[in-house]
Amino acid sequence: MNIVVCIKQVPGTTNVKVNPETGTLIRDGVASKMNPFDLNALELGLLLKKEYGGTLKVISMGPPAALDIIREAIYMGADGGVLISDRKFGGADVLATSYTLCSGIKAMGYFDLILTGKQTTDGDTAQVGAELAEHLDIPHVANVTHLEYEDNQMKYISNLGEKIVTAKVTTPCLVCVDNDINTPRLPSFKRKAELKNCEDLIKIVTFNDIEDQDENHYGLKGSATKVERIFEPEKRSDKQMFVDGDLTKKVYEILSQKKFI
Amino acid sequence: MYKKIDNKDVEYLKTFIPAERIFVGEEISHDYAHDELGDVEAKPDLLIKVLSTEEVSKIMKYAYDNEIPVVARGSGTGLVGSSTAIKGGIMICTSLMNHILELDENNLTLTVEPGVLLMELQAYVEEHGFFYPPDPGEKSATIGGNISTNAGGMRAVKYGVTRDYVRALKVVLPNGNIETFGSKCVKNSSGYAMKDLIVGSEGTLCIITEAILKLLPLPSQSVSMLLPFTTMEKAIEVVPEIIKSKASLTAIEYMSLDTIISAEDFLGKKFPDTNYEAYILLTFDGNNMQEIEEEYTKVANLCIEHGAIDGYFVDTDERKKSVWNARGAFLEAIKATTDFMDECDVVVPKDKVASYIKYTHEVAKEVNLRIPSFGHAGDGNLHIYICRDNLPNDEWEIRLNKAFDMLYNKANEFDGHVSGEHGIGYAKRKYLANQVGEQQIQLMQGIKKVFDPKEILNPGKVCYINE
Repeated sequence: MNIVVCIKQVPGTTNVKVNPETGTLIRDGVASKMNPFDLNALELGLLLKKEYGGTLKVISMGPPAALDIIREAIYMGADGGVLISDRKFGGADVLATSYTLCSGIKAMGYFDLILTGKQTTDGDTAQVGAELAEHLDIPHVANVTHLEYEDNQMKYISNLGEKIVTAKVTTPCLVCVDNDINTPRLPSFKRKAELKNCEDLIKIVTFNDIEDQDENHYGLKGSATKVERIFEPEKRSDKQMFVDGDLTKKVYEILSQKKFI
Repeated sequence: MYKKIDNKDVEYLKTFIPAERIFVGEEISHDYAHDELGDVEAKPDLLIKVLSTEEVSKIMKYAYDNEIPVVARGSGTGLVGSSTAIKGGIMICTSLMNHILELDENNLTLTVEPGVLLMELQAYVEEHGFFYPPDPGEKSATIGGNISTNAGGMRAVKYGVTRDYVRALKVVLPNGNIETFGSKCVKNSSGYAMKDLIVGSEGTLCIITEAILKLLPLPSQSVSMLLPFTTMEKAIEVVPEIIKSKASLTAIEYMSLDTIISAEDFLGKKFPDTNYEAYILLTFDGNNMQEIEEEYTKVANLCIEHGAIDGYFVDTDERKKSVWNARGAFLEAIKATTDFMDECDVVVPKDKVASYIKYTHEVAKEVNLRIPSFGHAGDGNLHIYICRDNLPNDEWEIRLNKAFDMLYNKANEFDGHVSGEHGIGYAKRKYLANQVGEQQIQLMQGIKKVFDPKEILNPGKVCYINE
């Protein structure tokens, strides 16, 4: 089975400040990491590869610094990775991002399964997976908590909140993985030391390498939405603690006072 | 003989403490009758939740004049019965004195009330770019409790223990007088080190009502590495090699697969790797990532040379959480695997850790009890848990005592101590007396008498004059 896992580099902490004037995230001096939700997709991919054989490659769109997370995925067990990187791709919204990823995946060749995390911790839209599948014209399922391969089909369990769905989807397909599905493995020091130079396992794809050469489909130009303003939510530090007494009554009183009930 | 609490006492106390913070007899929850391990059970006659030094002072003065025993208590997460009211009387609970009073960025100090929880304290200073290094596993313990037991924790290898971070203590003496030992000053050669004597005195000399703690600038980088081994022997034998390598490490912890699985069951969360029998967990911190990388590369290569299967990076918040949360839950996790357990918190010189851990396996065989352990391999402080596993009481007592005798005798033989960080309290008095001898016990008792001539404050603990 040939598996592609989509990964993204995100800020390493949740305390990222927003520039109040430009409304953009201040990333300078803030360490980055792989989107934690993508690690669940990667772990699932590595388990499927172990079970059914084949290859696992990761793909990411981002600046050259995002090579770090491709290397990290390789230290975790991925066979290689692709970084789609070009200034023309900058400023992309969900539509343009998923279209660019689609172009990159097409450039990678044949695949049976694309795995994505539930969402990212910076963008938080949880829509790139679904839109990517639409661009590729393949079926997709989300909130997947269990996945196995059976005769050109993926048998999955999907947690839809009020109901659990068990069904099959034909490959090639895209699966958005729930974060409760597994605990991701840790990157290996030994693999890092052995693959001293893993650059030959990584391919950088630029605008010139992809089929659709219409710049209007990528980056800011290809984006259907525009962010007007990003701001930090007000932090609330006021809290009350009740340890003893009739706690139910106290909670009831407070909720009544606040007119929640 | 102590005075038994009666209505008159309660009425008097109510003249300066509101009734809703005074609990009498049946109003007192059973939680206050024991600490976390629960083998010492005794309910106070009166529980008072205090809000200020002045309240503690007034209570103490009344108790002193009337010879009523008093014991102070924080979150009750102790393990040796230190904060149990074995003689009844008044329990002063400090958990509502939970305010952070001052962050002094000019002197790098934090002034706190004793009921502030360790997790709140750590989060607060880190939010401001500072670092309070002592890091015991039990994050819901109060800082007052940490000071009273001189708690150590995971980062002691590099940063030392609670005592190293206490600059000053405001206390209430058994006669009700308020005294401050130490100050914000870095140096002090002025008389006996009273503040350091109070740290670790387990509430037997005075009641801490305020503490000034020393802070460090928060290291900007911290990376942990989890190293799997096929056997515990291999894992612990690598520790002296790491120490000898002169590497700068913040933490060296060891853990067995059994304990990790217990933590998974307890927390309902999977650990990132459970393929091997034993693990060493290392932490490196500093401000220069390149230096940290050089350090961990050196240590990881050394460990792999000595049998480590690999070295897994624990470098993001999520990864640290998945590993360190499990580590922090080991005690509760082991507790959940058995009907009852007792603990041994010995500390031995670093070069004896491997031999001592192997010895615990011999003890387990000899007494035929399950004895899981984990702990701070890098500073020689081991946490050893003796599990009852439904054994009948009389048989359990015999085997437990034999195990304790063997474990503490071995620690003595290795020039170790009875407790590295949990304290002596009620449960370990016999072993302390055996270890330090009569002369030292008499000195301790002498100190106790100077502070507390009527023996009303946390009586019957540590060097137990009364029994």
